[in-house]
Amino acid sequence: MLLGIKELDCHYGRIQALHGIDMAVDEGELVALVGANGAGKTTLLRTISGIEPASGGSITLDGHDITHYSSDKRVRLGIIQVPEGRQMFAPMTVEDNLMIGGYTRSGDERSETLEQVFAMFPVLKERRHNAAGTLSGGQQQMLAISRALMARPRLLLLDEPSMGLSPLLVDEVFATIQKLRDAGTTIFLVEQNAYMALAIADRGYVMEAGAIVLADSGERLIVNDRVKEAYLGL
Amino acid sequence: MFAEFLQFLFSGITVGAIYALVGLGFTIIYNASHIINFAQGEFVMLGAMSAVFFVSVGMPMPVAMLLAIIITIFIGLALVKLAIEPARNASIVTLIIITIGASIFLRGAAQVLWGRNFHSLAPISGNDPIMIGGAAVLPQSLWILGSAMLIVMALRYFFDRTLIGKAIVASAHNPLAARLAGINARFVLLLSFGLSAMLGAVAGFLIAPISLAYPSVGIMLGLKGFCAAVLGGLGNPMGAVLGGLIVGISEAMTAGYISSAYKDAVAFIIILGVLFFRPSGLFGIRGTERV
Repeated sequence: MLLGIKELDCHYGRIQALHGIDMAVDEGELVALVGANGAGKTTLLRTISGIEPASGGSITLDGHDITHYSSDKRVRLGIIQVPEGRQMFAPMTVEDNLMIGGYTRSGDERSETLEQVFAMFPVLKERRHNAAGTLSGGQQQMLAISRALMARPRLLLLDEPSMGLSPLLVDEVFATIQKLRDAGTTIFLVEQNAYMALAIADRGYVMEAGAIVLADSGERLIVNDRVKEAYLGL
Repeated sequence: MFAEFLQFLFSGITVGAIYALVGLGFTIIYNASHIINFAQGEFVMLGAMSAVFFVSVGMPMPVAMLLAIIITIFIGLALVKLAIEPARNASIVTLIIITIGASIFLRGAAQVLWGRNFHSLAPISGNDPIMIGGAAVLPQSLWILGSAMLIVMALRYFFDRTLIGKAIVASAHNPLAARLAGINARFVLLLSFGLSAMLGAVAGFLIAPISLAYPSVGIMLGLKGFCAAVLGGLGNPMGAVLGGLIVGISEAMTAGYISSAYKDAVAFIIILGVLFFRPSGLFGIRGTERV
């Protein structure tokens, strides 16, 4: 088990956003988390990344307790998040965005990963000297994912990578996610686009009102009546 | 006539370069944390006063300057550790008020330690003016200009070319994404206060031979540096440099052609004008960016 979460709570002031979350991600898995807007999906990712402090329970990586580690320490351990809305360093160049992505790695590792990323997304190489803010939405999502890859993730957390993209680009993003999984990256994918996420996931979790209400394999969740009704619009 | 103008221009550029350094100090901390550090002027005072102190106990000038920088940086870092970090979750306004409190404390401590007297500091290379186009320029002015240019270039290199510098810039543009890239926000804050303290200290011991050194010397220099930063568009380093020069030159021209009694008012008239007509400053981005 790469990531283990036990009875995790998170509070915003007096409001409890996460209620006793139990979940796990194994090495090499693609695990999807689906749920409605406001269910607490982003809060869970922020807690895993150490942006929000946990108010109860534990988070482990390789069995080591990291519940109280700072966000930068978690990045060094390989928990890398692509945040919702891409969050570019908009006025900085594409290349600088990538370099900052590899901030925690050595200079050699950075240049090596940069070549891999450019090979994977040639358009980023073409536009390496342009400001990130001038890229199209789809290119920005590629840059956001690439920036995370620069940190050499052991666990890649993706928050709504399809948000705000046209259907064609959504397909492209999901193809990229599958490619990364096939290359051996462990991925925890949070999506409102439940059908597409569960279709490519090994396992899935369904979240409602800050709690996990269903956990099963991706293919079984897709045919689950409750999921169909609530998230797939079927 | 022209010689007179040149004379005012040189003295304006000299003091403007100092405002630019102070304004850069405001800008760096603002970019890293959105805090406006009103203790920036006290960094200037500490640089001047500690250089005076170390020279008075018999140290050679370069050593005294180096020690002045080290002490000011140390106090800047202590300010973060003892006053800003413990209030980390407070609002920005609270943190700004904390820096005002820190400035009053530092001024008071300097008065207790060194007394209220005015101290002079010997200029780096004498007091014999150099004549340029009929205007007398003090060698110290050239030192100030040269050092300011060197510092601005070094800072540009640091922020544009080094990974740590870029990390500070990235934190300014998008703090969340910077944290998710593994940039330690506390480290960035410390670094920005350390850098700003260094700028303040250098400005302090460079201007001391001209302005003298005393515990409240930082008040006006700090406020005018703040005017420079706002005029240039808060958060824009090159804007702060230009803003500093504009404030310094306008001040010198007013003192020369109108009356030196109005000298100190100029910076504040400029700042009022900026706030009325162009709140984002001359080179700032219009409106605030929120993603």
